[in-house]
Amino acid sequence: MNDATPTARLDIERIRADFPILREKVRGKPLVFLDSAASAQKPRAVIAAMTTAMETQYANVHRGLHWMSERTTEAYEAARDAAAALMNAPDRHEIVFVRNSTEALNLVAHSYGRGVLRPGQAVVISAMEHHSNIVPWQLLRDERGIELRVAPITDAGELDMAAFEALLEDGKVGLVSITHMSNVLGTYTPAERIARIAHAHGAKVLFDGSQAIVHRAVDVQALGADFYVWTGHKLYGPTGIGVLWARRELLERMPPFLGGGEMISSVSYERSTWAAVPHKFEAGTPAILEGIGLKAAIDYVRAIGYPAIAAHEAALTEHALARLSAVEGLRILGAAQDRGGVVSFVVDRAHAHDVATLLDRFGIAVRAGHHCAEPLMHRFGLESTARASFGIYTTHAEIDTLADSLARVREFFA
Amino acid sequence: MSGGLDDLRDLYQDVILDHGRRPRHGKRPAAFDASAKGDNPMCGDRVEVFVRHAPDGRIAEAGFEARGCAISVASADLMAETVAGRRPEDARALFASFRELARTGACPACDPALADPLERLAPLAGVHEYPSRVKCATLPWHALIAALEGAKEASSE
Repeated sequence: MNDATPTARLDIERIRADFPILREKVRGKPLVFLDSAASAQKPRAVIAAMTTAMETQYANVHRGLHWMSERTTEAYEAARDAAAALMNAPDRHEIVFVRNSTEALNLVAHSYGRGVLRPGQAVVISAMEHHSNIVPWQLLRDERGIELRVAPITDAGELDMAAFEALLEDGKVGLVSITHMSNVLGTYTPAERIARIAHAHGAKVLFDGSQAIVHRAVDVQALGADFYVWTGHKLYGPTGIGVLWARRELLERMPPFLGGGEMISSVSYERSTWAAVPHKFEAGTPAILEGIGLKAAIDYVRAIGYPAIAAHEAALTEHALARLSAVEGLRILGAAQDRGGVVSFVVDRAHAHDVATLLDRFGIAVRAGHHCAEPLMHRFGLESTARASFGIYTTHAEIDTLADSLARVREFFA
Repeated sequence: MSGGLDDLRDLYQDVILDHGRRPRHGKRPAAFDASAKGDNPMCGDRVEVFVRHAPDGRIAEAGFEARGCAISVASADLMAETVAGRRPEDARALFASFRELARTGACPACDPALADPLERLAPLAGVHEYPSRVKCATLPWHALIAALEGAKEASSE
């Protein structure tokens, strides 16, 4: 990808100026937003793209014969090109727009799971999945007799590769569906290795890139992925639009997910035929404005460049791990070698919700709870943690504020 | 950094910290007539409330086992303290007033006869600023009401 910049450094002040919300105050204090893994803030470029579309260039897409519809279709379809380029997808028709990663996973579980997998086959997930990469497979298991296997993780929060490979040895596994980066532990999974092992045992592989694509360049061809899913709102884009990428031959074999307008070729009461991919999977009026906003977000991220974004994330993560691990009574979950800008922690004698509420008093936004990953919480003997997560606009000073505030929280509950 | 610990005291008053950390009624009574569980799936908080009745039907004793935040544990403990000796319908009325207090921070229309127990529960009124935390304070009460009605699980709000 053409993301190389002369210096892999990011001009943090300029970036922060691009995000209007960062000038807001919370309880009279500057907003310290450390909840980007839940949903990221939006740069002016995204806000402007959506507003401009609504003010100057908007109609329904793919069907109107008038000027406004043609222009809007072009703008919307440009998002498909941008998404394909972002992931180095070989074919723009392999980009299916969905509402979010959850819908993408449900689409795959429905169409690939029910249309291609056969009873007696198995799906492998890992022990650090978001509920959205657990529940669709449970529904498939219960309905179709497709086994669900869970690859364990180590205490460090890394995939246990030997155990993972052992799960595939009987040759029954049709699909491996695993996170590319844990939303709780920050662990990056070794995607190329996972794909090689899956393919060696005759399985396809899906990566949930909801967190990973925010921080690192994703090249679906280099990874050897068969499916890759992510969501726009974590990548500084709007809510309501996400991406399912899958190799075209797989999309061709999969039956439709939702039926309706846009996804058909012809309809009669006896029989309907389906539109070509990706439209076969895009029933109904799509998220037009969100697609236009997503295009602006992708352009924004690519202009900064992944080398600078990844370097920034690595520096922030190192700083956060150093500062937080020095807070007395604080324990960080996981210790993966390859980890990114998500740090979950517990504080002695203080419940995660109390920690989050107290941090809020200092203007600091963190998430607390099970992070839609209850089985992972239980794996570590916990019900909930607090989680700080970083974006391109996060500063070292904000992490210092977090660490100083946590020391006070700890003192408060001591 | 601006803002000190004083900023935190309006929500987490000493009485909450104290009862959250060292609940007086945080145990299963040796004998009880009814019990019910309450569950907050959003945060994984869980409480089970136990009630022992006096011969005249009043609440002789309430106790609880809880896994949760300081606010939910403190609320359960102050609840157990304030409902002891009350008739079930009085406990229900107290809950209605307390819920108003937790949701809005005040209860001008509350029955003056409940002034004393409400004053005891008043330190929890600060949760009204945090709609997502109001349920932490009311969860044990829902479990109590369920137990009084013979249900095993508190229904969610």
